[in-house]
Amino acid sequence: MNTKMQIKKLDFYYGKLHALKNINIDVMENRITALIGPSGCGKSTFLRTLNRMNDIIPGARIDGEVVLDGRNIYDKCVDVVDLRKRVGMVFQQPNPFAKSIYENVAFGPRMLGMKRFVNMDEVVEKSLRAAALWGEVCDDLKKSALTLSGGQQQRLCIARVLAVEPEVILMDEPCSALDPIATLKIEELMQELKKSYTIVIVTHNMQQAARVSDFTGFFLMGEMLEYGDTTDMFSRPKNQKTEDYITGRFG
Amino acid sequence: MSRYFIDKASKNLVFLCAFASIIIFLTIIVFIFKEGLPAFERVGFFSFLFGTEWRPSLGQYGILPMIVGSLYVTFGALLIAVPLGIGCAVLLAEVAPFKVRTILRPAVELLVGIPSVIYGLVGLLLVVPLIREIGGTGFSIAAASIVLAAMILPTIISISEDAIRAVPRGYKEGSLAIGATHWQTIWHVLLPAARSGIAAGIILGMGRAIGETMAMIMVIGNSVQMPVSPLDSARTLTGNIAVEATYAPPDHMSALFATGVVLLFLIMFLNSIALVALKRGGRLRHAR
Amino acid sequence: MLAKITSAKNTQRAAMAFVWASGAITILFLLTIIIYIFIKGVPGLGWDFLTTPPAGGINAGGGISTIIVSTIYLIALTMGILVVPGIGAGIYLAEYAPDNRLTRFIRYGIDTLAGIPSIVFGMFGLALLVTALNFNFSILSGALTLVCLLLPTMIRTTEEAIKAVPRGHREGSLALGATKWQTIRHVVLPTAFPGVITGIILCIGRALGETACLYLTIGNYTGMPTSLMDPGRPLSLHIYYLIMDSNAPQKAMATAVVLIVTIFVINAVTNWLSYRFQAKMKGKPS
Repeated sequence: MNTKMQIKKLDFYYGKLHALKNINIDVMENRITALIGPSGCGKSTFLRTLNRMNDIIPGARIDGEVVLDGRNIYDKCVDVVDLRKRVGMVFQQPNPFAKSIYENVAFGPRMLGMKRFVNMDEVVEKSLRAAALWGEVCDDLKKSALTLSGGQQQRLCIARVLAVEPEVILMDEPCSALDPIATLKIEELMQELKKSYTIVIVTHNMQQAARVSDFTGFFLMGEMLEYGDTTDMFSRPKNQKTEDYITGRFG
Repeated sequence: MSRYFIDKASKNLVFLCAFASIIIFLTIIVFIFKEGLPAFERVGFFSFLFGTEWRPSLGQYGILPMIVGSLYVTFGALLIAVPLGIGCAVLLAEVAPFKVRTILRPAVELLVGIPSVIYGLVGLLLVVPLIREIGGTGFSIAAASIVLAAMILPTIISISEDAIRAVPRGYKEGSLAIGATHWQTIWHVLLPAARSGIAAGIILGMGRAIGETMAMIMVIGNSVQMPVSPLDSARTLTGNIAVEATYAPPDHMSALFATGVVLLFLIMFLNSIALVALKRGGRLRHAR
Repeated sequence: MLAKITSAKNTQRAAMAFVWASGAITILFLLTIIIYIFIKGVPGLGWDFLTTPPAGGINAGGGISTIIVSTIYLIALTMGILVVPGIGAGIYLAEYAPDNRLTRFIRYGIDTLAGIPSIVFGMFGLALLVTALNFNFSILSGALTLVCLLLPTMIRTTEEAIKAVPRGHREGSLALGATKWQTIRHVVLPTAFPGVITGIILCIGRALGETACLYLTIGNYTGMPTSLMDPGRPLSLHIYYLIMDSNAPQKAMATAVVLIVTIFVINAVTNWLSYRFQAKMKGKPS
């Protein structure tokens, strides 16, 4: 098992607010890492540091390193735009563009200039299949993406990310806006996807974390209190607060 | 990579567009002041502002009659438009059933779209003869006030309606729950709560009234005299500029620019009051 | 106690009567204007009216063909110059402008421009464009003056349309590795497009109704304009001259009908587009 990303001594500030404190973890390749914890404790903020989405927020400041395949992504000479191709993100609210299904999936490759090197139809079909959506939309790819159901839209967003061939996929509470059946479909999808990608998922649903992930990290008030193998953590948590959260005493 | 170049280049391009608007703004302001300054210097600031004789051929430039004309007409327009406007706003926000609103609101918006020259045309052909029946030539402050009232009515109605609708429902429900009638609630609770927004609407209407030109020169008579009765004809600041600008020699032209300066100050003054009123209203609402 | 309640009810009755009366009077204003114009103006309309040039003279014979052409030239030139800087500035303010003094100054400048009366723009156009730059009384002078007048409107409507695009669209695009400009050009602008078009059409409607600033810049010429440096006369000004210089109320009314109908059609299109834009933003129900 290889280490895909290493987070070393990460501190993050929103202006004066010290939002993340001294985070140190290793994200393993081709595994699913889940981040759990009560609302507002920094899970999503942390996720967004992994693809530098916090750069667009004014007043955001970071100390420490996030190393992807041996290189710190916060180095001066790192191409942020290319980083986001390699580290893709799926958001809590599905956010398909107001375009057709085809156009949504083709968007990434087009913007990255891959258009000249690939057969776009093939890319779109491959991505939709990998996102387990092809069967449901193949009859009319020109339909507006906004006509799909919530679960379908989320899988479309996943297909969109897959189309640019990332290495890591970040998921920020991807199922919280979806019904249980759609959620199940996405969880199954994740198990398939981890064979080819590294996945980091933020979830407020502990059962989901327990079901789906290989490693889990517990966040509280901007600190990562515990991190380790999922089965170990849920059966024998080392930290008292972790145990309290898992058994439902708070959060 | 070329898409990074495009990214940077387009950022600079759109900034230039925004900057262009500043350039235009500064050019206009500076130009008008620069052109108007000679007149202020030659005639003297206070004699310009408060002088009562406007005779360009004799080199006399006093714009007090025009200032009075503008203010008189605006006051008359407000006298008509404010009660009607607030009444109509109350109707739209609180009283009228849905069907009536679907007719009334588009009607108000239609009034906004009518060009000023057409207001002037109807004013000239309908209102002026009517006023003539009462007295004078018909070209009068009264006629101009009526026309102006129709023009600023939609502004007052829509802003006031928004202000009334923005009052938190709790205010209204609290009042009704203690047994107040609908009208008592409107008069004692809703309107006072909405007063900053309504004031802002009135002041905006005032600004529009003072800046109106074409409709004014068609019905007000354009004679340079200090108006006393509403049946007197008069001249507005805007009319002063419009009527003489095309044939004015440089000295005269400078006086017209100076008129423009006075006009600008008047309007900017009114707009800043409106902004303060709106902000205060905002804070009042957020306090809940 | 009973007396108090009845007096409150009486006050309410009177107040409500006043409120309803205000609504009625407002409608009356509108109807008076529209009906009067139409009754007096429609008889003067006809194919001849629209296709013959004005013949001048004290009673103003002829029609408005050259006037219509003048108007079209003016509006086309104005919008042609206005659209790029207006939309560009709107994009800048909505997407790029940092929260600093320069931005506040830009907004202050735009807000102030919005409050300047039309006649002051006219004076400025007269002194700078017509005289100093030697453009003379021309459609070009008129158009440039109109551009200055309409710039705040174009900028504001564009900025609002762009801000209405949900944040998720931008984040989704950036997270895929698109650059900021790619996001704006391929995601934000297309989504905001109907709103921007609404702004453009709004400006066209306002330009059609403008008179004071053109009065001092576009000249007074009823012939067919052959170039943009020729003087001209748009519909709104023509109405003014017909009634003030000549004595032709019927022709003025007929022209007024043409102008009003054009503006109303434009307003209806704007409203429909605006409605469609809102619907698009909310997405179709799934």
